[in-house]
Amino acid sequence: MEVRSPRTLEEALELRAAHPDSVPIAGGTDLMVQINFDHDRPDVVIDVSRLPELLRWAEEDDTLFLGAGVTYSRILRELPQIRALAEASRSVGSPQIRNRGTVGGNLGTASPAGDALPVLAAHDAEIGLSSAARGERWLAWDAFLLGVKRHALAPDELIMGTRWRPLAGPQSFSKVGTRNAMVIAIANLCFAMDQGSRTVRVALGSVAPTVVRARDAEAFLNAELERAGAWDDLAAPVTPQAVDGFAERVQAAATPIDDVRGTAAYRRHTLGVLARRALAWAVEDRAEEAMVS
Amino acid sequence: MSTRLDQRTRDGVGESVRRVDGIPKVKGTFAYGSDLWHDQMLWGATVRSPHPHARIRAIHLAEAVASAGVHAVLTHEDVPGKKTYGLEFSDQPVLAWDRVLYAGQPVAVVAAETPELARRAAARVRVEYEELDPVLDMERALDPDAPRLHEWGNTLRHLQIEHGDPDAEAEIWVEGYYETAMQDQAALGPEAGLAIPGEDGGVDLIVTTQWLHVDRQQIAPVLNLPQDRVRITLAGVGGAFGSREDLHMQIHACMLAMHTGRPVKMSYGRDESFLAHVHRHPSRVWLRTGATRDGRLVAVRGRIVIDGGAFASSSPAVIGNATTFLAGPYDVPNAFLEGTAVYTNNPPCGAMRGFGAPQVCFAHEANMDRLARELHLDPVELRRRNALEPGSVLPTGQVVRGSAPVREVLERCRDLPMPPEPEPAPMRDPMTLPGGAGNVGHGEGLRRGVGFALGYKNIAYSEGFDDFHQARVSLFAGPDGPVAEIHTAGVECGQGFSTIVTQIAREELGVRDVVLHEADTGVDSAGSTSASRQTFMGGGAVQMASRAVAEEIFARAIARLGPEGQLGLADGEVLADGVPVVELSDLLDEPVVATRTFHHRPTTGLDERGQGDPHVMFAFGAQRAVVEVDQQLGLVRVVQLGSVLDVGRAINPQGVEGQSEGGSAQGLGLAVMEEIRMKDGRIANASFTDYLIPTMLDMPPVVTELVEDPEPDVPYGAKGIGEISTIVSTAAIVAAIRDATGRELNRAPVQPDDIVGLRQPAASRGWPPVPDVPGPRPVPEYHGADLGQSDLKPKG
Amino acid sequence: MLIRVRVNDEWREADAWEGSSLLSFLRDGLQLPGSKNACEQGECGSCSVWLDEELVCSCLVLAAQAHEREVRTVEGLAEGDRLHPVQEAFVEAGAVQCGFCTPGLVVAVTDLLERDPSPDELTVREALSGNLCRCTGYQKIMDAVRSAAERRRAGAW
Repeated sequence: MEVRSPRTLEEALELRAAHPDSVPIAGGTDLMVQINFDHDRPDVVIDVSRLPELLRWAEEDDTLFLGAGVTYSRILRELPQIRALAEASRSVGSPQIRNRGTVGGNLGTASPAGDALPVLAAHDAEIGLSSAARGERWLAWDAFLLGVKRHALAPDELIMGTRWRPLAGPQSFSKVGTRNAMVIAIANLCFAMDQGSRTVRVALGSVAPTVVRARDAEAFLNAELERAGAWDDLAAPVTPQAVDGFAERVQAAATPIDDVRGTAAYRRHTLGVLARRALAWAVEDRAEEAMVS
Repeated sequence: MSTRLDQRTRDGVGESVRRVDGIPKVKGTFAYGSDLWHDQMLWGATVRSPHPHARIRAIHLAEAVASAGVHAVLTHEDVPGKKTYGLEFSDQPVLAWDRVLYAGQPVAVVAAETPELARRAAARVRVEYEELDPVLDMERALDPDAPRLHEWGNTLRHLQIEHGDPDAEAEIWVEGYYETAMQDQAALGPEAGLAIPGEDGGVDLIVTTQWLHVDRQQIAPVLNLPQDRVRITLAGVGGAFGSREDLHMQIHACMLAMHTGRPVKMSYGRDESFLAHVHRHPSRVWLRTGATRDGRLVAVRGRIVIDGGAFASSSPAVIGNATTFLAGPYDVPNAFLEGTAVYTNNPPCGAMRGFGAPQVCFAHEANMDRLARELHLDPVELRRRNALEPGSVLPTGQVVRGSAPVREVLERCRDLPMPPEPEPAPMRDPMTLPGGAGNVGHGEGLRRGVGFALGYKNIAYSEGFDDFHQARVSLFAGPDGPVAEIHTAGVECGQGFSTIVTQIAREELGVRDVVLHEADTGVDSAGSTSASRQTFMGGGAVQMASRAVAEEIFARAIARLGPEGQLGLADGEVLADGVPVVELSDLLDEPVVATRTFHHRPTTGLDERGQGDPHVMFAFGAQRAVVEVDQQLGLVRVVQLGSVLDVGRAINPQGVEGQSEGGSAQGLGLAVMEEIRMKDGRIANASFTDYLIPTMLDMPPVVTELVEDPEPDVPYGAKGIGEISTIVSTAAIVAAIRDATGRELNRAPVQPDDIVGLRQPAASRGWPPVPDVPGPRPVPEYHGADLGQSDLKPKG
Repeated sequence: MLIRVRVNDEWREADAWEGSSLLSFLRDGLQLPGSKNACEQGECGSCSVWLDEELVCSCLVLAAQAHEREVRTVEGLAEGDRLHPVQEAFVEAGAVQCGFCTPGLVVAVTDLLERDPSPDELTVREALSGNLCRCTGYQKIMDAVRSAAERRRAGAW
């Protein structure tokens, strides 16, 4: 093994180009486990944890850019207004893990259980990749995440960060595990309503080879909300039939498996419960907002 | 001067004295096994079988030997003496030669310059295996057609207990079937040690263990050394809970050290730790409880089968315990109880806190709740009516002869204050609801439940075992006054033994300064720090030796001054009728040294009908659990545990509370999250990512009350207290979840699938067949297998 | 590779295997075994240290990542025989049993109280949820935190 610690992004990209088998490390919360447990011995490890380009976030031109090296602790401190992202961040590991773990790490590991990923998916996030040879490119989240621990990062590229247009409306993130903290998700669900586009988003984690959007459920609920006039009336109720139909379609979007953390049946079951709850919370939030205004 | 009569030496028996090892532990300077260091040392690594059952065709070492920095690669051919070892029977190969019987069994060991070079070399040992049909289910092991894993078959021990009229009829019967999972001790400190070759051809070993002398007894014949050439010193132990009873790296490191002539350190990582120590036995229990309509127990019929895994370890004693406790801490006039421990190709199971009692407590307490429901009786009242008391006769025929304040334990537990009613759910931080940090609910589907359990445990080893403890106490003049030194091989693994014995020496000798010699084989055996026995046994030995020292002091005082009256010791002075007559230091021109061996009262084995006097004494405990359940997601948060324990007398109340609280946490783990999951005979969750133990957000406040009813004829009346809270908390918590959900929940841990109804209750295939065994003793014994620990006798 | 770290206010250096974690480097390279190796995957917190004043699991930091940086470990808390107030609180409260989790907890509690001298119970439980203890059931650790917080508010450090 060899460890390289580039001081600039240019240097880092040159190293990536020179060592196609290299593995970038930032917080180390995934890679170090692989090394400590003797599951992996990369030839070259590139420490990207101090590259300024990766450590920044910015809201510019109606777009949020979140650098790959921004930790979950920083998100909790600096971006609490992105509620689902903050809730997802609070569910990640422990304070020690949140001080090191990054959104870029979730992307680079591409585990279906990555806690930030459903939030990215719900926001239709794009993933920024950079190489010395070809410069920067942006991929939609679902063009980047290809399968269990598989993604579209080229051997000479680094993950720079992610960007999305912030949504206007209630949102939430929930994670089911059998312990009250420090647990890998059995199922994750991120729900968001966007007044701007008059659409809902629901993204699921740990219930398919990658994070998935429940598109049928979204379309169904969009139609129901449109019919109920919900986008123009914050206090408009959602019918029990709409809730049921939405929950069923969320469940149908999953292709869960049995593993040591949970059964496929339970995963599917929790999605129904979480979908109902998330929708109910959003309706409550909107009703509260209606009262205030 | 009379005021001195009532003045006691501070920090003696009955006080919450600070731990003697507290300061080095908070500073990070306490040396655990994994912290050991020698400038010349090599690092060992182990090659383990990936298969649960396979024949070894060949072992190729050339690549490993040629690997960088390697000093030794050893296999069974390099074992200098006896090829096997074991706690109760010598049935476990030091390194496998013919067959491997579980995934994780050691096949070869290497020593190299660094941990990484050792790992690389170990990865280059090539073993050719021919996979064999594995026996992975404990009931299949009883099938005559199943592969035979040992020359004496797959039954390790089967015993039955007949009491009164085993066929007695009752007015009302309840019947249940129960399962508990394989639990891991999950001590945070890994198995580790350092072996240093001695100039005399022997070896010095510093190691994490629970019993130095039983380690030596197993190690010496393997190394082909006389016992006294294997010198063992205790390393700092980062928790044990039973997992350090069996050998782990001891023999391997000694072999490597003797082979290379260099010190060798071995320290397991968490994944290897899961493979390298025994676990709590998975169990299956069939239980029928019969009673009169007015709630008097009439008869119990029960059967328990436990999976011992590949080797015997302490399974024969565990099944002995489990079977004798199967009817619960109740006065039952008629019983027929059967217990079977089997060999399988699963990882070996052995000692874990509770030692067979948590499994049966889970079953008998669930049956008591069923019975209470059938009879429309309050569950605590039903238990109260049938509780054991002094003079009760147990199913083994043993009479409860010591203290047994079972009714008081029950009543005080019932009367503990309930936790406050929670705020309305929507007002609460989701972090405080089931699911915690996952933000899964705002109180939807939330139900509270309350559960109750009563249990009991034997203190010290049973069935005729003489687990004596030797202590040497020295009293000498130090620069600042008299100093007492305690030397015992008793292991401190966190529970507070070291502090307890200093309190006892201080109490007996009236000296402020009490120091501990390191625990080593320079004195005789202390027995194991297991079975809730060390406060009783080690305390007894230190009390005896201290009193012998005091007698010598008195003799010196009499010789010099001829004082009249009752002599005593306090505050560094000799008292006569309470009046100081001479400074202790003035009598210590020569140190006083006394070595004494403490034995508990003898017990007996069990006969063909399971009758005898097997247990030394008993401690009882009750818990009440309050839980909140998210019924829709099947998630649980324990709100409060009330724990009332029969302690005899608390030598160190703060330490006893710590045992109550910590023991409860392990019981909580088995109730709702802890399970070693096997897949095709391999552990599928050998890490703290997937083997979950409770965090601070899972563990509720524990309200502990101690019932102090001293046990007659034991030092200070103190009972052991290490296990009882673990035994009852699993049963109490699952009962509370049943109360909240109305579900049967006959398997621990309760999984979310059980609560939401996706998984049916564990189903029995009917009471399993009774194996054909030569008698109630462990089967290997009838085949002349080498005995392990029971062969350890006091010197001289 | 040679790694140089400022540990507990002192520059130290030693050779390390490239794949070494900061934890292994501290323990084996610098002979600072106070940080403990219980899980080596960030699940237990026994190896907690400060890296540039931030609480981390040292098992998840590549030693090379700490090169030329500031590390504070449990060994840096006491001043000779004078325990840090958090350490004192742990000893008095009976928050120590086997002690293997204790150095990590002492560090995590110190970190918490340095940022928030008056944490409520839930804040404490959340802040310490990454520090597993197998012996105590956490109750006496809670007691120790309460007592240490009082000392902090009284200006003990």
